[in-house]
Amino acid sequence: MSRLGRRPMPPALKGKGKIVADGIFASNPVFRLVLGMCPTLAISTSAFNGLGMGIAATVVLVCSNALVSLLRKVIPDKVRIPAYVLIIATFVTLVEMLLRKFVPALYDALGIYLPLIVVNCIILARAEAFASTNKVGDSVLDGLGMGLGFTLALMLLGVIREFLGAGTFFTGSFGGADFGVTLGAMPDYAMSVFVLPAGGFLTLGLVMAAINAISDKIEKKRAGAAEDAAGSADGEENAKNDETNESEVNAAGNDGLSADSGGTLPKEEA
Amino acid sequence: MSKYLVSFSPHITSRATTRRIMLDVIIALMPALIAATLLYGLYTFCLAVLSVGSAVFFEWLFNAVTKRKQTTGDLSAVVTGLILALNLPPVVPFYVPMVGAAFAILVVKMLFGGIGRNFANPAVTARIFLMLAWAGVMTRFVLPIDLSEPGSFVAYFSEAVNISLPDAITTATPLAGVKQAFESGADPSAGLSALDMFLGRIGGSAGEVSALAVLIGGVYLAVRRVIDVRIPVIYIASTAVFTAIFYANTGYVGEYVWTYLLGGGLMFGAVFMATDYATSPKSTPAVVIYGIGLGLLTVVIRKFGTMNEGVSFAILLMNIVTPLLNRIRTRPFGAPAARPFKKLAAAVAERRARKKLVPETGGAGAPAVDAGKEESAASASAEGGESDE
Repeated sequence: MSRLGRRPMPPALKGKGKIVADGIFASNPVFRLVLGMCPTLAISTSAFNGLGMGIAATVVLVCSNALVSLLRKVIPDKVRIPAYVLIIATFVTLVEMLLRKFVPALYDALGIYLPLIVVNCIILARAEAFASTNKVGDSVLDGLGMGLGFTLALMLLGVIREFLGAGTFFTGSFGGADFGVTLGAMPDYAMSVFVLPAGGFLTLGLVMAAINAISDKIEKKRAGAAEDAAGSADGEENAKNDETNESEVNAAGNDGLSADSGGTLPKEEA
Repeated sequence: MSKYLVSFSPHITSRATTRRIMLDVIIALMPALIAATLLYGLYTFCLAVLSVGSAVFFEWLFNAVTKRKQTTGDLSAVVTGLILALNLPPVVPFYVPMVGAAFAILVVKMLFGGIGRNFANPAVTARIFLMLAWAGVMTRFVLPIDLSEPGSFVAYFSEAVNISLPDAITTATPLAGVKQAFESGADPSAGLSALDMFLGRIGGSAGEVSALAVLIGGVYLAVRRVIDVRIPVIYIASTAVFTAIFYANTGYVGEYVWTYLLGGGLMFGAVFMATDYATSPKSTPAVVIYGIGLGLLTVVIRKFGTMNEGVSFAILLMNIVTPLLNRIRTRPFGAPAARPFKKLAAAVAERRARKKLVPETGGAGAPAVDAGKEESAASASAEGGESDE
């Protein structure tokens, strides 16, 4: 299956589009690969924070994917993980400085999670699973798709949690201008549990369940296409396990980061 | 020909069905509901009705939407709704029990597979959810009404949508006073009357204030053998013991023990929530650990936590531990005594057998076999058998 976007070189432009689309939908890093749970749960308290975190991660992802892909034949196999971390850390530092200068409010809101992008599973996993074996152009597209998928997931969670937990819609400030909508008397009735960590887990679980249910339905409709017959799971749980297994298998295929990503996945889920 | 049937065991069955058990729990909750209505008026009763109605509705809705068999007939949703309502402050906005019931039934119960498959007590979890969601609403308590005053029975209807209550009708719970007393080193029972607390003329959640009503329900459940009596007994006893231990150096040990036993949701939680079948352990050692854990956590949260009450958090935490407690092995019926140090015991037994067997065969089998022959047990017994022939 192509959920991880790792197919042999796509021949046409359609294939390029597919790399991006895969990152957003079929192998969405948050809802499908269950990667990067720590920033996801911590940052998605508001849609604006989610957007900021998503963009920061996307920039780092695209740049690091490109550089890793360029250097894929130069970096010796044995030291590739430190090399990736060095590359990623460079871009994270740049993004951090830019945010601190231009969007200090967001910089404060992201806090420790901004420097932690360095060890974000999504970015390391894409460097390992995609960029190290693919051409520069495809790697950039993969980084873009994954980054957009991450951003959209964070924003989706952020909108839900912000609305239920604070009664506002997309509040934030950028370049000195405040924006966002406060919905009437909603803040008085807001359920603060949703901006607490407990509400983060709750929202993530429910949204993930809903997405699994929807994609199950879609897959069942496509059941005629025999290829995916084995993969069409009968329950949410199965679908989730399926994904986890797949990503582990995939990482194992590259027998590099496999131990790391395989090890972190269950921990983060728990 | 024969009027006797041949059938498989079990041959003796009980008439206990889920519906019957739930009906018993509902009956047992009635004293608490009546007490709440008399103490706080008709609005509290209406909240309970609303909570039960919402719980049943959401269970029906979930089954209808997911095209499952309807399970509302087993009355478990009614019990959840009722326990939830009695866990809420007597006067809350009308939507609070509805949201709570939706969370309890949809998220905690149905999404995990329905009755018997919930990982935690739905009512407790919903209460905690509401606590975290609307902390202000969930921690404001009203004074009991004075029934002799005209109109007081329906007085609280005017607060049905208000987020904040007028100060004139709010009150602190005894536990808040006890906590303040602990911080200032004063007598915790000052201004509290044991009789008022026993009857429920205090501030607190609707169903938990009257220890008397809860105990009547508990005795009914115990007599009907619906609940495992060991759980509430161990829970309440260990809470008393741990309170005495944790407050030993305050100089008011006795006062702390009785105010903490009567003041909060301990009785209600111990009888109705800690005993939930799906989320409480079964074997004796597990039940003992469960009860002691509940007591310890309750006291620790009450003493060191920021909140005054720790019963619901204690129950939720021990609910989560229950699957682990259920893994404690106990002796199956008819099996030899359990041996916790199996390997060691086996090694000791083997040694003994080796030492014993030689003289035994010598004595019992045939005197011809020389005891001086130091051979292995197997060959010795084999020889004994041969010599007998």
